[in-house]
Amino acid sequence: MADAKPKSTRDALGDALLDAAQSKPNLVVIGADTSESLQTMRFGKAYPARFFNVGIAEQNMVGVAAGLALYGKTAVCGTYAVFLERAIDQIRNTVAYCDLDVKIIGAHAGLVTGPDGGSHQTIEDIAIMRAIPNMRVVAPCDYASAKALIAEAVSTRGPFYIRVVRPASPAVYPGGSSFRVGRAEVIRDGSDIALAANGVMVPEALKAADSLASRGISARVIDCHTIKPLDGATLLKAASETGGIVTAEDHNRFGGLGSAVAEIVAARGGGTVGIVADDDRFGESGDGTEVMAAHGLSAEAIVGEAARILGRKKR
Amino acid sequence: MGGDYDFGARDRKVDVERLRDIAYSIRKDIVRELGESKSGHWGGSLSVVEILTALYFYKMRHNPSNPAWADRDRLLLSKGHAAPALYAAFANMGYITHDEMMTLRKHGSRLQGHPDPHKLPGVEIPGGPEGIGLSESIGMALAARLDGKDTRVYVIMGDGEQDEGEVWEAAMAAAKFGLDHLTAIIDKNGLQQEGATGEIMPTDSLAEKWRAFRWNVIEVDGHSIRDIMGALDAAEKAGGVPTIIIASTVKGRGVPFMEGNVKYHAPVLDAKTVQEAMEKVQRV
Repeated sequence: MADAKPKSTRDALGDALLDAAQSKPNLVVIGADTSESLQTMRFGKAYPARFFNVGIAEQNMVGVAAGLALYGKTAVCGTYAVFLERAIDQIRNTVAYCDLDVKIIGAHAGLVTGPDGGSHQTIEDIAIMRAIPNMRVVAPCDYASAKALIAEAVSTRGPFYIRVVRPASPAVYPGGSSFRVGRAEVIRDGSDIALAANGVMVPEALKAADSLASRGISARVIDCHTIKPLDGATLLKAASETGGIVTAEDHNRFGGLGSAVAEIVAARGGGTVGIVADDDRFGESGDGTEVMAAHGLSAEAIVGEAARILGRKKR
Repeated sequence: MGGDYDFGARDRKVDVERLRDIAYSIRKDIVRELGESKSGHWGGSLSVVEILTALYFYKMRHNPSNPAWADRDRLLLSKGHAAPALYAAFANMGYITHDEMMTLRKHGSRLQGHPDPHKLPGVEIPGGPEGIGLSESIGMALAARLDGKDTRVYVIMGDGEQDEGEVWEAAMAAAKFGLDHLTAIIDKNGLQQEGATGEIMPTDSLAEKWRAFRWNVIEVDGHSIRDIMGALDAAEKAGGVPTIIIASTVKGRGVPFMEGNVKYHAPVLDAKTVQEAMEKVQRV
């Protein structure tokens, strides 16, 4: 029976961990008093001996996860992405420096977090994590892809940063797909422009593609769920086969997906890249989509950027 | 020096005078390798020698010819700046050769300025940033318990390190999880980079603080190998709670002109001073 209720990427986290628990007895989960929110408490209730709540202590959480990994466990730890930033040193100098089997979950990330306000809307996590050697960075857009990518991360040795969000996401892949970390998904083909998005901006990119289609513009839509390692081949192909790439992300324009795409396109063959992202401004309270729109994160903004690139090409 | 020891079982029958000789050898090696590397931490390496000697030569189960032995006890050097002491101990047990010991801090060496477990087997955790070793020791102790292993986990911190908030996050957690197979040791040498710990951030009531955090607290003379051995034994009798051994030490111990002098935290010394240290290093 089809489950009509839309699910979030954090629901996918909870399900992926429960699914992996049986076949992976070495899997342990560490929380910092936010595990109900992250859905990781479901693992904790099913496998209490393998779940550790360290309280509101993010640095200790990451250190304990590292110690478990150093002893041979696969450790998943996480909290709200913004709180994780208290533990960047532990993530950098232990988890990544020693290439440990620790998966770090940044939850309730981005402006979409909405009502809690700017203090809770991390817009810099991807940039920070991307700059740390050995760290892979994944920001899935819907339940199905998140569940598959988290499952792959859990069964792949080494550090991962995985960004999940609170609100339920529309199903981008109702029919599923064979997701792989490091391989971008071309969701819709198109030849005039490419829209490369991740996380909550993927549904916006699809809306933007519809809108462009009604104007006779054929847009390719790419889900760049893995920001590191970035799927350069798919992006460079898009840059050469279309008029340019518009990136879209719920993140600061500095250091995120837009930067990653611009780096690779500029260094390897050229092409135009337009970046739809937060314009280096902290967020504020409001409904998630309302806050995002106020910061230029919407299908309309993607359409506008695509039109700007195509218009510039014509001149 | 310690190459003829069988490290495979705990609580070895040892002659304390012999261990003092080993500590003297380690201390001389610290002076040699730091004299060669030019940079590095003198004071905090010299203060931790007896602690390392008691752990590695008396208490812990480990295997220098198979550092990754799964059943080994774990020693985490959270005060990673004492790397020269760790490497000197390694050279005296056969983990590394004395020739390799002299490559400390050189490009291409496995002996990083702060220990790196990826590069050098035997090192359990990366050192450098203060305050994280206790958290990692908790993770290891939880993993050992989960696996039904009788592993004992030891972690050495500095007293300056007690400034770090993470230490106290971890202190609460270790007590919560009842990790009685975890023993922390503070090398309380009274000095940190910029001065006396009592002035930088007063830690004079360390024992009271740790007791309040529900730890079994033992205070010892950190240069008495016999006392440290006794404390390590006593730690095993504290049912249900972790133990912390607060070991009072002297920074720079064994090189008289360095003792208790903050100037020798991590100085770059000229050849004459290094030579003087070589000549004056003492058996403690």
